[in-house]
Amino acid sequence: MVKTTDSNEAGGYEKYTLLAARIRRRILALVFETQSPHIGSAFSCVELLVGLYFKVLTISPDKRPRSGRDRFILSKGHACPALYVVLNERGFLDDRTLDGFGRDGGGLELHPARNPELGIELSTGSLGHGLSVGAGLALAAKKDNADCTVYVLLGDGEINEGSVWEAVMFAGHHRLDNLVAIVDHNKMQALGRGADILDPGSISHKFSVFGWDSTDIDGHAFDDIFRAFAKPPLYRRAHRPRAIVAHTVKGRGVSFMEESLLWHYRAPDKNEYQRALAELTL
Amino acid sequence: MRSAFFATLIECARSDENLYLLTADLGFRLFDAFRQEHPDRFINVGVAESNMIGLAAGMSLAGKNVYCYSLASFLVFRAYEQVRIDVAYHNCSVKLVGAGGGVHYGTEGFTHFAVEDLALMRALPNMSIVVPADRAEARCVAQKSCGYDGPLYIRLAGNGGPDVHMVQPDFEIGRAMVLHRGHEVALFATGSMVHVAEEARLFLGSRQVRATIVDMHTINPLDVPTILEIASSHKAIFSIEEHRVAGGLGSAIAEVLSEHGYAGIFKRFGIPDRMPRCIGAGDYLKERMGLTGRAIAEDILECTGRRKYGIVG
Repeated sequence: MVKTTDSNEAGGYEKYTLLAARIRRRILALVFETQSPHIGSAFSCVELLVGLYFKVLTISPDKRPRSGRDRFILSKGHACPALYVVLNERGFLDDRTLDGFGRDGGGLELHPARNPELGIELSTGSLGHGLSVGAGLALAAKKDNADCTVYVLLGDGEINEGSVWEAVMFAGHHRLDNLVAIVDHNKMQALGRGADILDPGSISHKFSVFGWDSTDIDGHAFDDIFRAFAKPPLYRRAHRPRAIVAHTVKGRGVSFMEESLLWHYRAPDKNEYQRALAELTL
Repeated sequence: MRSAFFATLIECARSDENLYLLTADLGFRLFDAFRQEHPDRFINVGVAESNMIGLAAGMSLAGKNVYCYSLASFLVFRAYEQVRIDVAYHNCSVKLVGAGGGVHYGTEGFTHFAVEDLALMRALPNMSIVVPADRAEARCVAQKSCGYDGPLYIRLAGNGGPDVHMVQPDFEIGRAMVLHRGHEVALFATGSMVHVAEEARLFLGSRQVRATIVDMHTINPLDVPTILEIASSHKAIFSIEEHRVAGGLGSAIAEVLSEHGYAGIFKRFGIPDRMPRCIGAGDYLKERMGLTGRAIAEDILECTGRRKYGIVG
Protein backbone atom coordinates (compact mmCIF):
# COMPACT_ATOMS: atom_id res chain seq x y z
CA MET A 1 0.00 0.00 0.00
CA VAL A 2 2.79 2.40 0.86
CA LYS A 3 4.47 3.69 -2.26
CA THR A 4 7.94 5.08 -2.69
CA THR A 5 8.52 8.82 -2.47
CA ASP A 6 9.07 8.90 -6.24
CA SER A 7 5.33 8.90 -6.84
CA ASN A 8 5.01 12.14 -4.87
CA GLU A 9 7.60 13.87 -6.99
CA ALA A 10 6.14 12.50 -10.19
CA GLY A 11 2.73 13.94 -9.27
CA GLY A 12 4.03 17.48 -8.90
CA TYR A 13 4.02 17.51 -5.14
CA GLU A 14 7.71 18.45 -4.68
CA LYS A 15 6.75 21.44 -2.57
CA TYR A 16 4.93 19.25 -0.08
CA THR A 17 7.59 16.56 -0.16
CA LEU A 18 10.30 19.09 0.66
CA LEU A 19 8.14 20.57 3.39
CA ALA A 20 7.52 17.13 4.89
CA ALA A 21 11.28 16.45 4.91
CA ARG A 22 12.01 19.75 6.62
CA ILE A 23 9.29 19.09 9.19
CA ARG A 24 10.78 15.66 9.92
CA ARG A 25 14.21 17.21 10.45
CA ARG A 26 12.72 19.73 12.85
CA ILE A 27 10.76 17.05 14.73
CA LEU A 28 13.99 15.10 15.00
CA ALA A 29 15.78 18.12 16.44
CA LEU A 30 12.96 18.86 18.85
CA VAL A 31 12.84 15.29 20.11
CA PHE A 32 16.64 15.08 20.31
CA GLU A 33 16.97 18.32 22.25
CA THR A 34 14.27 17.43 24.74
CA GLN A 35 14.98 13.67 24.73
CA SER A 36 11.22 13.06 24.49
CA PRO A 37 9.39 9.93 23.29
CA HIS A 38 7.00 9.07 20.41
CA ILE A 39 9.12 10.12 17.43
CA GLY A 40 7.90 7.05 15.53
CA SER A 41 4.26 8.07 15.98
CA ALA A 42 5.06 11.64 14.93
CA PHE A 43 6.91 10.53 11.78
CA SER A 44 4.08 8.31 10.56
CA CYS A 45 1.61 11.21 10.27
CA VAL A 46 3.81 13.98 8.83
CA GLU A 47 2.43 13.87 5.27
CA LEU A 48 -1.14 13.73 6.59
CA LEU A 49 -0.57 16.85 8.70
CA VAL A 50 1.20 18.67 5.87
CA GLY A 51 -1.68 17.84 3.52
CA LEU A 52 -4.24 19.05 6.04
CA TYR A 53 -2.52 22.22 7.19
CA PHE A 54 -1.09 23.37 3.87
CA LYS A 55 -3.97 22.57 1.55
CA VAL A 56 -7.09 21.06 3.05
CA LEU A 57 -8.04 22.95 6.21
CA THR A 58 -9.82 26.29 5.97
CA ILE A 59 -8.03 28.00 8.81
CA SER A 60 -5.82 30.98 9.43
CA PRO A 61 -3.49 31.85 12.26
CA ASP A 62 -5.53 34.65 13.80
CA LYS A 63 -5.46 35.84 17.36
CA ARG A 64 -9.24 35.48 17.41
CA PRO A 65 -10.09 32.23 15.64
CA ARG A 66 -13.23 32.40 13.47
CA SER A 67 -16.13 30.32 14.74
CA GLY A 68 -16.72 28.86 11.27
CA ARG A 69 -13.16 27.56 10.86
CA ASP A 70 -12.43 23.94 10.06
CA ARG A 71 -11.36 21.99 13.10
CA PHE A 72 -8.52 19.52 13.37
CA ILE A 73 -8.21 17.27 16.42
CA LEU A 74 -5.07 15.24 17.02
CA SER A 75 -6.76 12.42 18.90
CA LYS A 76 -3.47 10.47 19.03
CA GLY A 77 -2.10 13.28 21.15
CA HIS A 78 1.29 11.65 21.73
CA ALA A 79 2.24 12.47 18.12
CA CYS A 80 2.14 16.18 18.98
CA PRO A 81 5.79 16.99 18.13
CA ALA A 82 4.61 16.68 14.51
CA LEU A 83 1.60 18.90 15.16
CA TYR A 84 3.66 21.58 16.93
CA VAL A 85 6.23 21.82 14.14
CA VAL A 86 3.47 21.94 11.51
CA LEU A 87 1.66 24.67 13.46
CA ASN A 88 4.94 26.57 13.66
CA GLU A 89 5.50 26.26 9.90
CA ARG A 90 1.91 27.38 9.31
CA GLY A 91 2.31 30.49 11.48
CA PHE A 92 0.22 29.50 14.50
CA LEU A 93 3.07 28.87 16.89
CA ASP A 94 6.12 31.08 17.19
CA ASP A 95 9.65 29.72 17.64
CA ARG A 96 9.77 30.81 21.25
CA THR A 97 6.67 28.79 22.11
CA LEU A 98 8.04 25.80 20.23
CA ASP A 99 11.28 26.09 22.18
CA GLY A 100 9.23 25.59 25.35
CA PHE A 101 8.22 22.09 24.28
CA GLY A 102 8.55 19.65 27.17
CA ARG A 103 10.64 22.04 29.27
CA ASP A 104 10.12 23.27 32.83
CA GLY A 105 8.11 26.45 32.60
CA GLY A 106 7.57 25.95 28.85
CA GLY A 107 4.34 26.36 26.95
CA LEU A 108 3.89 23.00 25.25
CA GLU A 109 3.39 19.65 26.92
CA LEU A 110 4.16 16.22 25.53
CA HIS A 111 0.43 15.88 24.91
CA PRO A 112 -1.49 18.85 23.48
CA ALA A 113 -3.51 21.20 25.67
CA ARG A 114 -6.35 23.12 24.03
CA ASN A 115 -5.38 26.60 22.89
CA PRO A 116 -7.30 27.77 19.82
CA GLU A 117 -5.02 30.80 19.41
CA LEU A 118 -2.14 28.39 18.83
CA GLY A 119 -4.34 26.22 16.61
CA ILE A 120 -4.73 23.46 19.18
CA GLU A 121 -8.43 22.60 19.26
CA LEU A 122 -8.52 19.94 21.97
CA SER A 123 -6.51 18.59 24.86
CA THR A 124 -5.73 15.01 24.06
CA GLY A 125 -3.40 12.33 25.32
CA SER A 126 -5.79 9.79 26.72
CA LEU A 127 -6.90 7.81 23.69
CA GLY A 128 -10.45 7.45 22.47
CA HIS A 129 -11.71 10.96 23.21
CA GLY A 130 -11.16 12.92 20.00
CA LEU A 131 -13.76 11.35 17.74
CA SER A 132 -16.63 11.92 20.20
CA VAL A 133 -15.66 15.55 20.69
CA GLY A 134 -15.19 15.92 16.93
CA ALA A 135 -18.66 14.45 16.36
CA GLY A 136 -20.03 17.00 18.84
CA LEU A 137 -18.34 19.85 16.95
CA ALA A 138 -19.63 18.48 13.64
CA LEU A 139 -23.15 18.10 15.00
CA ALA A 140 -23.15 21.66 16.36
CA ALA A 141 -21.93 22.95 12.97
CA LYS A 142 -24.80 21.14 11.26
CA LYS A 143 -27.30 22.63 13.67
CA ASP A 144 -25.87 26.08 12.89
CA ASN A 145 -25.71 25.41 9.13
CA ALA A 146 -22.04 26.33 9.39
CA ASP A 147 -19.83 25.31 6.49
CA CYS A 148 -17.16 23.73 8.61
CA THR A 149 -15.52 20.34 8.44
CA VAL A 150 -14.09 18.54 11.44
CA TYR A 151 -11.03 16.31 10.94
CA VAL A 152 -9.92 13.87 13.61
CA LEU A 153 -6.64 11.98 13.37
CA LEU A 154 -6.66 8.71 15.28
CA GLY A 155 -4.00 6.11 15.84
CA ASP A 156 -4.64 2.53 14.81
CA GLY A 157 -3.82 1.43 18.36
CA GLU A 158 -6.30 4.01 19.59
CA ILE A 159 -9.18 2.25 17.89
CA ASN A 160 -8.81 -0.53 20.48
CA GLU A 161 -10.74 1.89 22.70
CA GLY A 162 -14.46 1.14 22.82
CA SER A 163 -15.41 4.81 22.98
CA VAL A 164 -14.08 5.25 19.42
CA TRP A 165 -16.73 2.84 18.19
CA GLU A 166 -19.47 4.58 20.17
CA ALA A 167 -18.55 7.72 18.22
CA VAL A 168 -18.31 5.79 14.93
CA MET A 169 -21.83 4.43 15.42
CA PHE A 170 -23.16 7.87 16.37
CA ALA A 171 -21.62 9.71 13.42
CA GLY A 172 -22.79 7.03 10.97
CA HIS A 173 -26.32 7.06 12.30
CA HIS A 174 -26.55 10.84 12.30
CA ARG A 175 -24.93 11.12 8.86
CA LEU A 176 -22.34 13.65 9.94
CA ASP A 177 -20.94 14.28 6.47
CA ASN A 178 -18.88 17.17 7.83
CA LEU A 179 -16.81 14.78 9.94
CA VAL A 180 -13.66 13.10 8.63
CA ALA A 181 -11.80 10.46 10.61
CA ILE A 182 -8.25 9.73 9.56
CA VAL A 183 -6.67 6.59 10.96
CA ASP A 184 -2.88 6.64 10.98
CA HIS A 185 -2.56 2.92 10.29
CA ASN A 186 1.11 2.41 11.06
CA LYS A 187 0.48 -1.15 12.24
CA MET A 188 2.31 -0.66 15.53
CA GLN A 189 1.10 0.16 19.01
CA ALA A 190 2.67 0.56 22.43
CA LEU A 191 3.72 -3.05 23.00
CA GLY A 192 3.95 -4.48 19.53
CA ARG A 193 2.27 -5.04 16.20
CA GLY A 194 -1.44 -4.30 16.13
CA ALA A 195 -2.09 -7.51 14.25
CA ASP A 196 -0.61 -9.48 17.16
CA ILE A 197 -2.40 -7.56 19.92
CA LEU A 198 -5.96 -6.94 18.70
CA ASP A 199 -5.94 -7.58 14.98
CA PRO A 200 -8.09 -4.81 13.48
CA GLY A 201 -8.46 -6.60 10.13
CA SER A 202 -9.79 -4.15 7.57
CA ILE A 203 -10.35 -0.89 9.42
CA SER A 204 -12.04 0.76 6.44
CA HIS A 205 -14.48 -2.13 6.23
CA LYS A 206 -15.38 -1.66 9.86
CA PHE A 207 -16.11 2.03 9.30
CA SER A 208 -18.10 1.16 6.16
CA VAL A 209 -20.44 -1.21 7.93
CA PHE A 210 -21.24 1.54 10.43
CA GLY A 211 -22.36 3.78 7.57
CA TRP A 212 -19.16 5.68 6.82
CA ASP A 213 -17.76 6.39 3.38
CA SER A 214 -14.31 4.90 3.83
CA THR A 215 -11.21 4.57 1.77
CA ASP A 216 -7.68 3.19 2.08
CA ILE A 217 -4.76 5.33 0.99
CA ASP A 218 -0.99 5.50 1.16
CA GLY A 219 -0.59 7.94 4.01
CA HIS A 220 2.82 9.11 2.76
CA ALA A 221 1.78 9.83 -0.86
CA PHE A 222 0.44 13.31 -1.47
CA ASP A 223 -1.50 12.35 -4.57
CA ASP A 224 -3.42 9.79 -2.50
CA ILE A 225 -3.82 12.19 0.41
CA PHE A 226 -5.23 15.04 -1.66
CA ARG A 227 -7.52 12.73 -3.63
CA ALA A 228 -8.89 11.35 -0.36
CA PHE A 229 -9.41 14.77 1.19
CA ALA A 230 -11.16 16.21 -1.84
CA LYS A 231 -14.87 16.36 -1.16
CA PRO A 232 -16.56 13.52 -3.03
CA PRO A 233 -18.53 14.51 -6.13
CA LEU A 234 -22.21 15.25 -5.58
CA TYR A 235 -23.45 11.96 -7.02
CA ARG A 236 -21.39 10.09 -4.47
CA ARG A 237 -22.49 12.14 -1.50
CA ALA A 238 -24.81 10.06 0.58
CA HIS A 239 -24.37 12.33 3.57
CA ARG A 240 -22.00 10.02 5.32
CA PRO A 241 -19.05 10.75 7.54
CA ARG A 242 -15.77 9.91 5.83
CA ALA A 243 -13.03 7.62 7.06
CA ILE A 244 -9.58 7.74 5.54
CA VAL A 245 -7.48 4.78 6.55
CA ALA A 246 -3.96 5.97 5.87
CA HIS A 247 -1.49 3.13 5.58
CA THR A 248 1.73 4.44 7.01
CA VAL A 249 5.06 3.34 8.40
CA LYS A 250 5.89 4.03 12.01
CA GLY A 251 9.13 6.02 12.16
CA ARG A 252 8.87 6.80 8.45
CA GLY A 253 11.90 8.54 6.95
CA VAL A 254 14.69 7.14 9.11
CA SER A 255 15.62 3.59 8.19
CA PHE A 256 16.59 2.46 11.66
CA MET A 257 13.41 3.90 13.22
CA GLU A 258 10.98 2.43 10.72
CA GLU A 259 8.72 -0.30 12.07
CA SER A 260 10.73 -0.42 15.27
CA LEU A 261 8.92 -0.39 18.59
CA LEU A 262 11.93 1.11 20.32
CA TRP A 263 11.20 4.53 18.80
CA HIS A 264 7.84 4.72 20.49
CA TYR A 265 9.86 5.30 23.63
CA ARG A 266 13.40 6.45 23.15
CA ALA A 267 14.93 9.59 21.78
CA PRO A 268 18.05 9.52 19.59
CA ASP A 269 21.51 10.06 21.06
CA LYS A 270 24.02 12.37 19.34
CA ASN A 271 25.26 9.75 16.92
CA GLU A 272 21.76 8.52 16.03
CA TYR A 273 20.63 12.10 15.61
CA GLN A 274 23.40 12.75 13.05
CA ARG A 275 22.62 9.55 11.14
CA ALA A 276 18.89 10.29 11.12
CA LEU A 277 19.49 13.87 10.02
CA ALA A 278 21.61 12.65 7.11
CA GLU A 279 18.83 10.34 5.98
CA LEU A 280 16.26 13.14 6.19
CA THR A 281 18.37 15.57 4.21
CA LEU A 282 17.18 15.29 0.63
CA MET B 1 -38.19 15.95 41.49
CA ARG B 2 -36.99 14.71 38.10
CA SER B 3 -40.21 15.74 36.39
CA ALA B 4 -40.13 19.16 38.07
CA PHE B 5 -36.56 19.67 36.84
CA PHE B 6 -37.31 18.81 33.23
CA ALA B 7 -40.62 20.72 33.17
CA THR B 8 -38.63 23.84 34.06
CA LEU B 9 -35.89 22.98 31.58
CA ILE B 10 -38.44 23.08 28.75
CA GLU B 11 -39.17 26.67 29.71
CA CYS B 12 -35.45 27.47 29.68
CA ALA B 13 -35.19 25.89 26.22
CA ARG B 14 -37.86 28.32 24.97
CA SER B 15 -35.69 31.31 25.72
CA ASP B 16 -32.32 29.66 24.92
CA GLU B 17 -32.25 28.25 21.42
CA ASN B 18 -28.77 26.88 22.06
CA LEU B 19 -30.01 24.56 24.79
CA TYR B 20 -29.66 20.88 23.86
CA LEU B 21 -30.66 17.80 25.80
CA LEU B 22 -28.81 14.52 25.35
CA THR B 23 -29.71 11.24 26.99
CA ALA B 24 -27.95 7.90 26.95
CA ASP B 25 -31.19 6.03 26.24
CA LEU B 26 -32.75 6.55 29.68
CA GLY B 27 -35.66 8.63 30.99
CA PHE B 28 -38.78 6.77 29.82
CA ARG B 29 -41.55 9.35 29.20
CA LEU B 30 -39.46 11.96 31.03
CA PHE B 31 -38.63 13.88 27.86
CA ASP B 32 -41.89 13.49 25.91
CA ALA B 33 -42.84 17.13 26.30
CA PHE B 34 -39.30 18.37 25.56
CA ARG B 35 -39.10 16.19 22.44
CA GLN B 36 -42.44 17.41 21.23
CA GLU B 37 -41.57 21.04 21.68
CA HIS B 38 -37.90 20.94 20.67
CA PRO B 39 -37.41 17.83 18.53
CA ASP B 40 -34.24 19.23 16.94
CA ARG B 41 -32.64 19.81 20.30
CA PHE B 42 -33.23 16.43 21.85
CA ILE B 43 -30.79 13.63 21.01
CA ASN B 44 -30.85 10.10 22.32
CA VAL B 45 -27.23 9.09 21.74
CA GLY B 46 -27.89 5.44 22.57
CA VAL B 47 -26.45 3.43 25.43
CA ALA B 48 -23.09 5.16 25.18
CA GLU B 49 -22.35 7.44 28.10
CA SER B 50 -18.70 8.08 27.23
CA ASN B 51 -19.59 9.21 23.74
CA MET B 52 -22.41 11.37 25.11
CA ILE B 53 -20.00 13.31 27.31
CA GLY B 54 -17.47 13.76 24.50
CA LEU B 55 -20.23 14.92 22.15
CA ALA B 56 -21.48 17.38 24.76
CA ALA B 57 -17.97 18.79 25.20
CA GLY B 58 -17.61 19.26 21.43
CA MET B 59 -21.03 20.91 21.15
CA SER B 60 -20.18 23.15 24.09
CA LEU B 61 -16.88 24.18 22.47
CA ALA B 62 -19.02 25.19 19.48
CA GLY B 63 -21.21 27.39 21.68
CA LYS B 64 -24.06 25.08 22.63
CA ASN B 65 -25.60 24.83 26.08
CA VAL B 66 -25.72 21.07 26.60
CA TYR B 67 -27.47 18.97 29.25
CA CYS B 68 -26.60 15.27 29.53
CA TYR B 69 -28.91 12.86 31.28
CA SER B 70 -28.48 9.35 32.59
CA LEU B 71 -28.64 7.55 35.91
CA ALA B 72 -26.11 9.20 38.20
CA SER B 73 -24.18 5.94 38.49
CA PHE B 74 -23.64 5.49 34.74
CA LEU B 75 -23.15 9.17 34.04
CA VAL B 76 -20.37 9.60 36.61
CA PHE B 77 -18.68 6.23 36.85
CA ARG B 78 -18.86 4.97 33.27
CA ALA B 79 -17.90 8.23 31.65
CA TYR B 80 -15.60 9.60 34.36
CA GLU B 81 -12.55 10.14 32.18
CA GLN B 82 -14.60 11.97 29.56
CA VAL B 83 -16.04 14.09 32.36
CA ARG B 84 -12.56 14.72 33.74
CA ILE B 85 -10.79 15.62 30.50
CA ASP B 86 -13.37 16.66 27.92
CA VAL B 87 -15.66 18.59 30.26
CA ALA B 88 -13.87 19.55 33.49
CA TYR B 89 -10.36 20.24 32.17
CA HIS B 90 -11.73 22.17 29.19
CA ASN B 91 -14.07 24.03 31.57
CA CYS B 92 -17.01 23.39 29.24
CA SER B 93 -20.45 24.59 30.27
CA VAL B 94 -21.88 21.10 30.16
CA LYS B 95 -24.58 20.17 32.66
CA LEU B 96 -24.52 16.60 33.85
CA VAL B 97 -27.90 15.58 35.20
CA GLY B 98 -27.76 12.31 37.12
CA ALA B 99 -30.92 10.66 38.38
CA GLY B 100 -31.21 8.29 41.29
CA GLY B 101 -28.41 9.75 43.37
CA GLY B 102 -27.70 7.73 46.52
CA VAL B 103 -29.59 4.48 47.00
CA HIS B 104 -32.77 5.74 45.35
CA TYR B 105 -32.98 2.71 43.10
CA GLY B 106 -33.04 0.43 46.16
CA THR B 107 -34.05 -3.03 44.99
CA GLU B 108 -32.32 -2.49 41.64
CA GLY B 109 -29.10 -3.11 43.52
CA PHE B 110 -25.57 -1.82 43.82
CA THR B 111 -24.97 -1.29 40.08
CA HIS B 112 -27.65 1.41 40.17
CA PHE B 113 -26.48 3.23 43.29
CA ALA B 114 -24.51 6.46 43.15
CA VAL B 115 -22.94 6.73 46.58
CA GLU B 116 -19.41 7.73 45.59
CA ASP B 117 -20.36 10.29 42.93
CA LEU B 118 -20.02 13.41 45.08
CA ALA B 119 -16.50 12.42 46.12
CA LEU B 120 -15.44 11.79 42.53
CA MET B 121 -17.01 14.96 41.18
CA ARG B 122 -15.67 17.05 44.05
CA ALA B 123 -12.13 16.01 43.15
CA LEU B 124 -12.40 17.40 39.59
CA PRO B 125 -11.18 20.82 38.51
CA ASN B 126 -13.84 23.47 37.72
CA MET B 127 -16.72 21.14 38.61
CA SER B 128 -19.68 22.58 40.49
CA ILE B 129 -22.05 20.19 42.25
CA VAL B 130 -25.68 20.80 43.17
CA VAL B 131 -28.03 18.39 44.93
CA PRO B 132 -31.59 19.70 45.17
CA ALA B 133 -33.63 18.61 48.18
CA ASP B 134 -37.10 18.63 46.63
CA ARG B 135 -39.18 19.67 43.66
CA ALA B 136 -38.98 23.38 44.42
CA GLU B 137 -35.18 23.25 44.56
CA ALA B 138 -35.08 21.12 41.41
CA ARG B 139 -37.02 23.82 39.59
CA CYS B 140 -34.61 26.45 40.89
CA VAL B 141 -31.59 24.40 39.82
CA ALA B 142 -33.01 23.95 36.32
CA GLN B 143 -33.54 27.68 36.03
CA LYS B 144 -30.19 28.75 37.49
CA SER B 145 -28.19 26.08 35.66
CA CYS B 146 -29.30 27.35 32.27
CA GLY B 147 -27.03 30.38 32.36
CA TYR B 148 -24.41 28.82 34.60
CA ASP B 149 -20.85 29.18 33.39
CA GLY B 150 -18.69 26.06 33.63
CA PRO B 151 -19.27 22.36 34.28
CA LEU B 152 -22.12 21.52 36.63
CA TYR B 153 -23.14 18.18 38.09
CA ILE B 154 -26.78 18.08 39.13
CA ARG B 155 -27.61 15.10 41.30
CA LEU B 156 -31.30 14.34 41.36
CA ALA B 157 -33.14 11.65 43.31
CA GLY B 158 -36.29 10.48 41.53
CA ASN B 159 -39.93 11.42 41.62
CA GLY B 160 -42.14 11.12 44.69
CA GLY B 161 -39.87 12.31 47.50
CA PRO B 162 -41.22 14.57 50.24
CA ASP B 163 -41.19 18.34 49.78
CA VAL B 164 -39.08 20.49 52.09
CA HIS B 165 -40.21 23.90 50.89
CA MET B 166 -43.78 25.05 51.10
CA VAL B 167 -42.96 28.22 49.16
CA GLN B 168 -40.45 28.90 46.43
CA PRO B 169 -37.05 29.21 48.16
CA ASP B 170 -34.56 32.02 47.65
CA PHE B 171 -32.09 29.79 45.86
CA GLU B 172 -28.64 30.60 44.54
CA ILE B 173 -26.08 28.01 43.43
CA GLY B 174 -23.21 28.22 45.92
CA ARG B 175 -25.20 29.76 48.76
CA ALA B 176 -26.35 27.51 51.59
CA MET B 177 -29.81 28.03 53.04
CA VAL B 178 -30.33 28.16 56.80
CA LEU B 179 -33.81 26.66 57.11
CA HIS B 180 -34.07 26.90 60.90
CA ARG B 181 -32.09 28.81 63.48
CA GLY B 182 -31.51 26.92 66.69
CA HIS B 183 -28.49 26.99 68.96
CA GLU B 184 -25.70 24.69 70.08
CA VAL B 185 -26.45 21.93 67.55
CA ALA B 186 -26.33 22.39 63.77
CA LEU B 187 -27.20 19.88 61.05
CA PHE B 188 -25.83 20.35 57.54
CA ALA B 189 -27.72 18.21 55.05
CA THR B 190 -27.89 17.82 51.29
CA GLY B 191 -30.45 16.41 48.85
CA SER B 192 -32.85 13.83 50.25
CA MET B 193 -31.26 14.20 53.67
CA VAL B 194 -32.54 17.76 54.15
CA HIS B 195 -35.96 16.30 54.82
CA VAL B 196 -34.41 13.75 57.18
CA ALA B 197 -32.59 16.55 58.98
CA GLU B 198 -35.94 18.28 59.43
CA GLU B 199 -37.34 15.12 61.00
CA ALA B 200 -34.32 14.94 63.27
CA ARG B 201 -34.88 18.55 64.25
CA LEU B 202 -38.46 17.83 65.29
CA PHE B 203 -37.33 14.86 67.38
CA LEU B 204 -34.54 16.89 68.97
CA GLY B 205 -37.04 19.65 69.66
CA SER B 206 -39.14 17.23 71.64
CA ARG B 207 -36.04 16.65 73.77
CA GLN B 208 -35.48 20.37 74.31
CA VAL B 209 -32.65 20.60 71.81
CA ARG B 210 -33.13 23.39 69.29
CA ALA B 211 -31.22 22.45 66.18
CA THR B 212 -30.10 24.67 63.33
CA ILE B 213 -30.75 23.17 59.89
CA VAL B 214 -28.57 24.18 56.95
CA ASP B 215 -29.56 23.05 53.46
CA MET B 216 -26.26 22.47 51.63
CA HIS B 217 -27.68 22.03 48.15
CA THR B 218 -24.33 23.10 46.66
CA ILE B 219 -21.36 20.89 47.47
CA ASN B 220 -19.03 22.78 45.17
CA PRO B 221 -18.32 25.69 45.41
CA LEU B 222 -18.79 25.18 49.12
CA ASP B 223 -20.39 28.02 51.08
CA VAL B 224 -17.49 28.41 53.51
CA PRO B 225 -18.68 31.69 55.10
CA THR B 226 -21.96 30.07 56.17
CA ILE B 227 -20.14 27.03 57.59
CA LEU B 228 -17.80 29.29 59.58
CA GLU B 229 -20.66 31.48 60.78
CA ILE B 230 -22.55 28.42 62.03
CA ALA B 231 -19.36 26.96 63.52
CA SER B 232 -18.76 30.12 65.52
CA SER B 233 -22.12 29.84 67.25
CA HIS B 234 -22.65 26.07 67.64
CA LYS B 235 -20.94 23.55 69.92
CA ALA B 236 -21.81 20.54 67.81
CA ILE B 237 -21.99 20.15 64.04
CA PHE B 238 -23.33 17.19 62.08
CA SER B 239 -23.44 16.44 58.37
CA ILE B 240 -26.00 14.20 56.73
CA GLU B 241 -25.82 12.88 53.17
CA GLU B 242 -27.04 9.97 51.10
CA HIS B 243 -23.47 9.20 50.07
CA ARG B 244 -20.50 7.40 51.54
CA VAL B 245 -19.05 9.27 54.47
CA ALA B 246 -15.74 9.44 52.60
CA GLY B 247 -15.31 12.36 50.26
CA GLY B 248 -18.75 13.94 50.19
CA LEU B 249 -20.44 16.78 52.04
CA GLY B 250 -19.23 15.69 55.47
CA SER B 251 -15.64 15.51 54.30
CA ALA B 252 -15.92 18.93 52.68
CA ILE B 253 -17.26 20.46 55.91
CA ALA B 254 -14.64 18.63 58.00
CA GLU B 255 -11.90 20.16 55.87
CA VAL B 256 -13.23 23.64 56.53
CA LEU B 257 -13.75 23.06 60.26
CA SER B 258 -10.33 21.53 60.88
CA GLU B 259 -8.53 24.18 58.86
CA HIS B 260 -10.22 26.85 60.97
CA GLY B 261 -9.55 25.14 64.29
CA TYR B 262 -13.12 24.20 65.17
CA ALA B 263 -13.02 22.70 68.66
CA GLY B 264 -16.60 21.46 68.98
CA ILE B 265 -18.16 18.07 68.34
CA PHE B 266 -18.33 16.99 64.71
CA LYS B 267 -19.78 13.86 63.17
CA ARG B 268 -20.69 12.73 59.67
CA PHE B 269 -23.83 10.75 58.94
CA GLY B 270 -23.94 8.90 55.65
CA ILE B 271 -23.38 5.53 54.12
CA PRO B 272 -20.67 3.63 55.99
CA ASP B 273 -17.59 2.26 54.24
CA ARG B 274 -19.03 -1.20 54.66
CA MET B 275 -22.54 -1.07 53.30
CA PRO B 276 -24.78 -3.66 54.92
CA ARG B 277 -25.60 -6.55 52.61
CA CYS B 278 -29.32 -6.15 52.42
CA ILE B 279 -31.96 -5.82 49.75
CA GLY B 280 -34.81 -3.40 49.74
CA ALA B 281 -36.26 -0.10 48.63
CA GLY B 282 -34.26 3.07 49.09
CA ASP B 283 -36.11 4.07 52.26
CA TYR B 284 -35.59 0.60 53.74
CA LEU B 285 -31.87 0.70 52.99
CA LYS B 286 -31.54 4.17 54.51
CA GLU B 287 -33.33 2.96 57.63
CA ARG B 288 -30.96 0.00 57.87
CA MET B 289 -28.02 2.39 57.63
CA GLY B 290 -29.38 4.70 60.30
CA LEU B 291 -30.29 7.51 57.91
CA THR B 292 -33.63 8.39 59.50
CA GLY B 293 -34.52 11.48 61.47
CA ARG B 294 -35.08 9.47 64.64
CA ALA B 295 -31.86 7.45 64.47
CA ILE B 296 -29.78 10.51 63.67
CA ALA B 297 -31.42 12.53 66.45
CA GLU B 298 -30.72 9.81 69.00
CA ASP B 299 -27.13 9.60 67.88
CA ILE B 300 -26.82 13.37 68.20
CA LEU B 301 -28.24 13.28 71.73
CA GLU B 302 -25.73 10.55 72.58
CA CYS B 303 -22.82 12.52 71.11
CA THR B 304 -23.76 15.75 72.80
CA GLY B 305 -24.54 14.20 76.18
CA ARG B 306 -28.08 15.56 76.09
CA ARG B 307 -29.82 12.24 76.12
CA LYS B 308 -30.51 12.58 79.82
CA TYR B 309 -33.01 15.28 79.00
CA GLY B 310 -35.28 12.93 77.14
CA ILE B 311 -36.97 9.62 77.66
CA VAL B 312 -36.28 7.53 74.60
CA GLY B 313 -38.76 4.87 73.72
